[in-house]
Amino acid sequence: MGEIKEVYLDNSATTKVAKEAVDAMVQALTIDFGNPSSLHRKGIEAERIVSKSREALASFLGVKAREIYFTSGGTESNNLAVKGTAYARKRYGKHLITTAIEHPSVLDVFKRLEEEGFSVTYLGVDYSGHINLEELERALKPDTILVSIMYVNNEVGSIQPIEAAAEIIAKNKNTLFHVDAVQAFGKIPLIPHLKGIHLMSLSAHKIYGPKGVGALYVRDRIKIMPLFNGGGQEAGLRSGTENVPGIAGFSAASELAFKNMAAWQARMRELKERLKDRILAEIPDTVVNGPDNGAPHILNISFLGTRAEVLLHALESHGIYVSTGSACSSHKKGRSHVLAAMGKTAEEIDSALRFSFSPLLSQEDIDYTVEVLTKEVTELRKFIRR
Amino acid sequence: MENIYLLSFGEIGLKGENRPFFERILIKRIKQALAGFEGVDVRKTHGRIYVKAVGSQDAVVERLKKVFGIVAISPAKSCDLDIDSIKEAALSAIREVDYRGKTFKVESRRANKSFPIKSPDISRLVGAHILKNLQGLSVDVHNPDIEVNVEVREKGFVYCRRIPGPGGLPLGCNGKAVLLLSGGIDSPVAGYMVMKRGVEIEPVYFHSFPFTSDRAKEKVVELCRVLSGYSGKMRLHVVNFTGVLKELGEKGPNELLTVLMRRMMVRISQQIAQKIGAKALVTGESIGQVASQTMEALMATNEVAELPVFRPLIGFDKVEIIELAKKIGTYDISIEPYADCCSIFVPEHPKTRPKLSDVHRAEEKFDINEFIRCSLENIEIIEITPRSD
Repeated sequence: MGEIKEVYLDNSATTKVAKEAVDAMVQALTIDFGNPSSLHRKGIEAERIVSKSREALASFLGVKAREIYFTSGGTESNNLAVKGTAYARKRYGKHLITTAIEHPSVLDVFKRLEEEGFSVTYLGVDYSGHINLEELERALKPDTILVSIMYVNNEVGSIQPIEAAAEIIAKNKNTLFHVDAVQAFGKIPLIPHLKGIHLMSLSAHKIYGPKGVGALYVRDRIKIMPLFNGGGQEAGLRSGTENVPGIAGFSAASELAFKNMAAWQARMRELKERLKDRILAEIPDTVVNGPDNGAPHILNISFLGTRAEVLLHALESHGIYVSTGSACSSHKKGRSHVLAAMGKTAEEIDSALRFSFSPLLSQEDIDYTVEVLTKEVTELRKFIRR
Repeated sequence: MENIYLLSFGEIGLKGENRPFFERILIKRIKQALAGFEGVDVRKTHGRIYVKAVGSQDAVVERLKKVFGIVAISPAKSCDLDIDSIKEAALSAIREVDYRGKTFKVESRRANKSFPIKSPDISRLVGAHILKNLQGLSVDVHNPDIEVNVEVREKGFVYCRRIPGPGGLPLGCNGKAVLLLSGGIDSPVAGYMVMKRGVEIEPVYFHSFPFTSDRAKEKVVELCRVLSGYSGKMRLHVVNFTGVLKELGEKGPNELLTVLMRRMMVRISQQIAQKIGAKALVTGESIGQVASQTMEALMATNEVAELPVFRPLIGFDKVEIIELAKKIGTYDISIEPYADCCSIFVPEHPKTRPKLSDVHRAEEKFDINEFIRCSLENIEIIEITPRSD
């Protein structure tokens, strides 16, 4: 195999694990390998890793350690938050609110709850992918028990007005507010002390930590129903032996992300702006999907007259990895629900690529990507659309 | 007493003087299918094949069910030629099936006339023995749930199950063909049907990265692995078709693209067939299923074929094909959603009745021989082995 330059621009799918996280994990896998529930010293060592990690995470968020519950990742956190709240609070009402652009691990849970007799209001979004606060205010009813809104959208990077939404929701005393912060945590500063937020989902592998671990923040004294029953770990909310190595890696990765947040944010913003500006200037018929100043790490662009999946594979052959908002098949169901909710046309959706950044990328990587894109887009347009 | 498998083979029994040829191939295929089992012994007598193999009965039967030429498989007990041994063998055979609350009868055949007890008496004695020893069974000689078969030959054989085999003819007795395999539902089924008639196949897949992803290729490899379960090792030819596709897509008339593509695929497959000594092409086409399979489109594709093109699904409905695909085990793989190049390049409005003259005119722009040469230079051959499950 010849040396091929690799440019990984799919960091919203997952990230390369940081060395610091790997080291912490190896320590937990090979030396402090005990079960935190064991009574002996090995157990206590492992227990200490879990509690230190919990404290670290809590301190980054400005919340209490006992408000952090470790899970297997974003999907479990979202399921636990939404189902757990709906089942625990149905005596207060059966109305739920979410948005049309949530991740499937939220959206599908709401669909399921609808089948079970809950009623759900799906908030729409504008052309740049933001919800309308007045629509939220109108949707809130006395029997609304949960509102779930994502912090940063994973496909287009729009940042939702979480603080303002929290203020509106706070007027309804029976309504809990869940925020899926999987794409925001460690990438952008969150609301201090998570004011006004009752539940928040986090994941490790989007921030240079390992896959298979995440957390759910649950504000003190709020009771939700567990998904798993068993040994009563995580204060009974999440039974199952703790993923100690995962938790150690999560904590180490979080520490890096929070220590470097300002620098990484600036760096990614710069790379994103460079890629965006050059694409828009140098490749005709390109459209940015999403806001002008969204999250620093996500850029979504349609290359009209191409099919996103084909372009993805063409880039792949040059070592550039990105993702699409839709599958290649001509079936509508493969199309991005996020771009559709934003009112994008079928052609825009079918030709949309998502570039997601990391601070590990260089300006040369971006320039190389533009160069390859220019060539491949021109090539593909020759025969895909005529 | 010993566990064996009695196999019956229907059609090859009819082949007159060629019969030894078919039987030899069938026995070879059975041995191949049972590779990996201990103590395999395959023998043929009087229109039957006897198989011995050590190992789980279900696993042996599963393998035998994939050997073309076998009409039925009966897991049987073989025993010494005395009535007590036969009785015990019958008991142990019926214990292998779910007999509680069922009716049964015993059917005996005494091919070996030196055995002193006549067939009706054997049946009576064995039946009585079963009734005496097992609870919950009753006799029904007209419409039994279970038929206990006793055969008296050089040894005694008892069986009470007849598991259908795939039928057909042993693989390899009818030469070799090239299968045009896409990732879809139809072509693997077409391949299976031709294999069932004793034809060895070598599939060819047209890979068009980046228009088809490597996952689509992986899917084709998986399909071949399922098919190879019926044949043993198989060679998949992966043609790099991107260059041809791009040229056709760029310069050819959009509404004829599918027909032009398929004509190229036939030409290239034909060259491969020639190289490997295959005497026919196999496709999954079915009249009118899609625009490229109307009578006119088939005619346009067929025009460039010099070898016979077998289309075993030609008269099948989609639901019938799906049913077969499920039976063979290719369906779940075929419906994985990785687009093949056809679905990306399908024009908005394909010509359903392409005129040959239009097709010829469209092809004048291209150096067809150069297309074939380039494609043949870029073939990856993948050796496929059956899944070991």
